Amino acid sequence: MTQVTMTVNGKAVSGDVEGRTLLSDFLRDGLRMTGTHVGCDTSQCGACVVHVNGEAVKSCTALALDLEGAEVRTIEGMANADGSLGTIQQAFQDYHGLQCGFCTPGMVMSAAALLKDNPTPTEQEVREYLEGNICRCTGYHNIVKAIMAASGQDVAAVAAE
Amino acid sequence: MYNFEFSKPSTIADAVAALSSDEAQALGGGQTLLPTMKQRLAQTDMLVSLTGIGEMQGICVGDDGELCIGGATTHAAVAADGNYPGLASLAGRIGDPAVRNRGTIGGSLANNDPSACYPAAALASGATIKTNARDIAADDYFQGMFDTALEDGEIITEVRFPIPEVSNYQKFVQPASRFALVGVFVAKFADGVRVAVTGASSDGVFRWAEAEAALAADFSKAAVDALAVPSGDMISDLHGTADYRAHLAKVMTGRAVAAAS
Repeated sequence: MTQVTMTVNGKAVSGDVEGRTLLSDFLRDGLRMTGTHVGCDTSQCGACVVHVNGEAVKSCTALALDLEGAEVRTIEGMANADGSLGTIQQAFQDYHGLQCGFCTPGMVMSAAALLKDNPTPTEQEVREYLEGNICRCTGYHNIVKAIMAASGQDVAAVAAE
Repeated sequence: MYNFEFSKPSTIADAVAALSSDEAQALGGGQTLLPTMKQRLAQTDMLVSLTGIGEMQGICVGDDGELCIGGATTHAAVAADGNYPGLASLAGRIGDPAVRNRGTIGGSLANNDPSACYPAAALASGATIKTNARDIAADDYFQGMFDTALEDGEIITEVRFPIPEVSNYQKFVQPASRFALVGVFVAKFADGVRVAVTGASSDGVFRWAEAEAALAADFSKAAVDALAVPSGDMISDLHGTADYRAHLAKVMTGRAVAAAS
């Protein structure tokens, strides 16, 4: 076992991990932060997306030891300081952007990464950006609506069929 | 995934030393290798991460006008670079955004997946693959499905791309995997045209010589339309027959010529 140290949601954390320990395992099993979900564990579904040094990464496909010293942000870091839902989270609630909720942590983290680089994306850009996030409940219309709303745009024109 | 020792050197020299053992394996962004190791299709005693080597990161334009990309540079970084639009467009369509933030050009070229995008760009551009030991021309580098000229322990430190006058990459995606069912990169230089096809052949990426000759004389979609489909040992699987892939290679080539800019 080797000690790894990183910053997660602004807080310095460390733990002993194996070479093969994935970031998703370190977050969930090591730190008991189970907001980050592991859906497929094959880097297809995107439920495990977190931010590493500000960029969206599939935490099931990155080694904890490879991220020594990294700044990591997870879904647990997306709420406001007073505990209320962050803008994107609130929009997912307002627009019913989830059903079972399993994919939601990854959807929110991907949405946040998109809006950081592209604050007012088109509907098409949102859909393309979510290529690596799979939802098996709803289809994607309400998720796209939520992200458009979180970016302050009118959602009336978003496809709803 | 079987366990392994992990090391993360910060210089090329240290990485080469760490990889000198027979049991050591280099790790780029890990977007292919880690899933492969999870499935126990690959295992190693020592994994050597190349992501901490500063001298293998970044993009610049050399004095000779070539685009120099460090081997550990991510797809996202290449996609955001404006010097070679055809290459940036290709990089921006690999995998998905999160994969592009980790996956590296060196990792992709070292793996040489027969359906990967970067091999088409490297071969069509006449790129040079620079390693810790030597320079390898793209024409000599790709040696068949998952096979390259790299020796054990050899690291891709940089890839140098001559920038064509116009270029375009057309990717017909396999809808489930989003890999190229067939992808064609067309690059027009002052002294000729190069056409590379990925995803189609069981020999991996290849140059379509007949199309290059036709396009050198007449750079138009009509010149491609007049050709027979490329010959060769095309892949045939549940996603498409060999004939279908050969047909797609021609169609994608025509589209790439029409869209080249």
